[in-house]
Amino acid sequence: MNVKVKKIVPQLITLVVVILIFGFFTYNAQINMDNRGIEFGYGFLKQESSFDVQFSLIEYDGSHSYARAYLVGLLNTLLVAFLGIIISTIIGVVVGIARLSPNYLIERSAAFYVEFFRNIPLLLQIFFWYFAALRALPLPQDSEAMFGVFYLTIKGFFMPRFIWENLDVLFYSIIAVIISIILIRNYAKKLQENEGKQLPVFSISIGLFIVLPLLTFLFAGVSLSFELPVLHQLSTTSFVYKGGLGIPPELIALTLALALYTATFIAECVRAGIQGISKGQKEAAASIGLTPNQVLKLVIMPQALRIIIPPTTNQYLNLTKNSSLAAAIAYPDLVLVFAGTALMQTGRAIEIVSITMFTYLSISLSISLLMNWYNKKIAIKEK
Amino acid sequence: MFKYLKQLTSLVAVVAVMLAFTTETMAAKKSKTLKNTQKKGFVRCGVSQGLPGFSNADASGNWTGVDVDVCRAVAAAVLGDANKVKFTPLSAKERFTALTSGEIDILSRNTTWTLSRDADIGLTFVGVNFYDGQGFMVRKSSGITSTSQFKNGISACTNIGTTTELNMRDFFNSKGISYEPVAFEKADEVVAAYDSGRCDTYTTDKSGLAAQRTKMQNPDEHIVLPETISKEPLGPVVRQGDSVWEDIVRWSLNVMIEAEEYGITSSNADSMKTSENPAIKRLVGAEGELGAAFGLDNDWSLRIIKQVGNYGESYKRNIADTGILPDRGPNQLWTKGGILYVPPAR
Repeated sequence: MNVKVKKIVPQLITLVVVILIFGFFTYNAQINMDNRGIEFGYGFLKQESSFDVQFSLIEYDGSHSYARAYLVGLLNTLLVAFLGIIISTIIGVVVGIARLSPNYLIERSAAFYVEFFRNIPLLLQIFFWYFAALRALPLPQDSEAMFGVFYLTIKGFFMPRFIWENLDVLFYSIIAVIISIILIRNYAKKLQENEGKQLPVFSISIGLFIVLPLLTFLFAGVSLSFELPVLHQLSTTSFVYKGGLGIPPELIALTLALALYTATFIAECVRAGIQGISKGQKEAAASIGLTPNQVLKLVIMPQALRIIIPPTTNQYLNLTKNSSLAAAIAYPDLVLVFAGTALMQTGRAIEIVSITMFTYLSISLSISLLMNWYNKKIAIKEK
Repeated sequence: MFKYLKQLTSLVAVVAVMLAFTTETMAAKKSKTLKNTQKKGFVRCGVSQGLPGFSNADASGNWTGVDVDVCRAVAAAVLGDANKVKFTPLSAKERFTALTSGEIDILSRNTTWTLSRDADIGLTFVGVNFYDGQGFMVRKSSGITSTSQFKNGISACTNIGTTTELNMRDFFNSKGISYEPVAFEKADEVVAAYDSGRCDTYTTDKSGLAAQRTKMQNPDEHIVLPETISKEPLGPVVRQGDSVWEDIVRWSLNVMIEAEEYGITSSNADSMKTSENPAIKRLVGAEGELGAAFGLDNDWSLRIIKQVGNYGESYKRNIADTGILPDRGPNQLWTKGGILYVPPAR
């Protein structure tokens, strides 16, 4: 028997076994569903959902379809994942660098934070932030305004809503700013390579970012007004803020818990990344006359990032998946709205769970792809 | 080559086992559930995660409640011992899947009987053991005494996966009131959130409100509003497709209600065997062959009455004496002004 066949036969057998196992479960599920008079199908997605959701990024109420309810849940999941990733990255980087600080107090506090938050189960932390916050926050009528317009109450965080006029003009101006910054950067790079001159690219960019949008305000009719939250009385003792932009306490608690928990792991990734660069690199960079900022930006960080990115990707994925714990505190994410209420109201367990699983898989794979692309981009390019 | 032969044989063995298993699943024998229950020696019953009066476990793990008593009645009828029940606490979300997937055989968990649940998702409701309706709880201090005082922007805490969510929408829409639904997976979190002031009102079945009120920090600070916004007939559920098992559960419940109607209690059941009334004699197994239709002996109903008691005893023990709902309201016998009316056991 030749080597080729030897290689292929075990593979084929594995494949057949996998297909058989999968087929068996599908077949079995089908038989059982037939026996119990349950029909399989995704037609229910078009039906009217007839339940409302507390918080939605798109227009939704019970007269919309289950498919729309799915979208509401998905967007809420993406929102909390997005906010969580941004906040945890900021905290993580700061704490990670703080852990390497020569200042004893800073280093110890950072270490304490990491050890404390990563060793308590996440669900408990979510409950803690939610119920602790609910107990600690004032009722709407007792809340003091922060800066005159922000109210943090037990029913959520209320702030002014922006009302834009001619928002599209501002939007185009920002695109123009971004394009010109890219052009300036390229020009500066050329200038440095050809003539050795350095342009203050950063200051110019900031300047553009302020000046151009400002001009649109003055000359292109862009304007901004605010709608302030106003206290309304519901009954003798209960009040609520209406108008303005309200962020439910569930979202705040969940984002906070996810970010604080995941930041501990990111902090460790950052610390590992920076410590992974040998001291010689820093000293060599300093010896050729780079400023401390340049040393960090041009020598240390590009190398450290290569160590930091892959494990941090895992943390982003974890955060996204952990956001499904939202159901415990009534944040209407994909699991609560779709795999919860919608599943219950339709009874389509297999269909809904399969859609939900596939959705999480897609989100995770997208994050993975994005991070892998970024990782490749910053990896050493051998010439 | 022998190496592959070995792998192949094991593969064939695996496939054979699978096929055997599949044919076993397909073999729909007459009341598989009854057979399995008798083989296992206990009734598998799905209950709530703790709703005083309906299904609630005490510190030592003993379950009590009117929903629990339905399962105990079935155990008494089928196995001869009301204690041979394995209780599985389920969230509203998990309950139907647990039943249809075969993890439990009776779902007795304050579940509302609706058309879509009955017809669509492989379930069969066997009867009603509690007539309920959805209501609202508010803080006394709010001064609200009727749902007509609700205003735009009210926030309402509730459970997900229940008819409550749907009724709430219908109610607020019909009144033209905008509201903020805050829906939790577990009842304990709903209570905690409402109690902390997150929501202005807590809505669920009135019996549930009365029961959960006892769990609040200061029960006296809360009131249940008089309006009832929906019909919520609560009852036990079984899987579709086993009509014998369905009948056993249905008639175990009916026997409890009919026993109350004829004044048969756990303490006087034995002496009722000599009653003049043939209906009573049938219920205590002294006349007729009622059990035979289900493949049970003739004392099945006597055991239910002796071990679990009649419906009135169960209600008094679990709901009235615990102070949850002392007044039986619609859950009174039809002969006494309520709507409890069951077909005759004959």
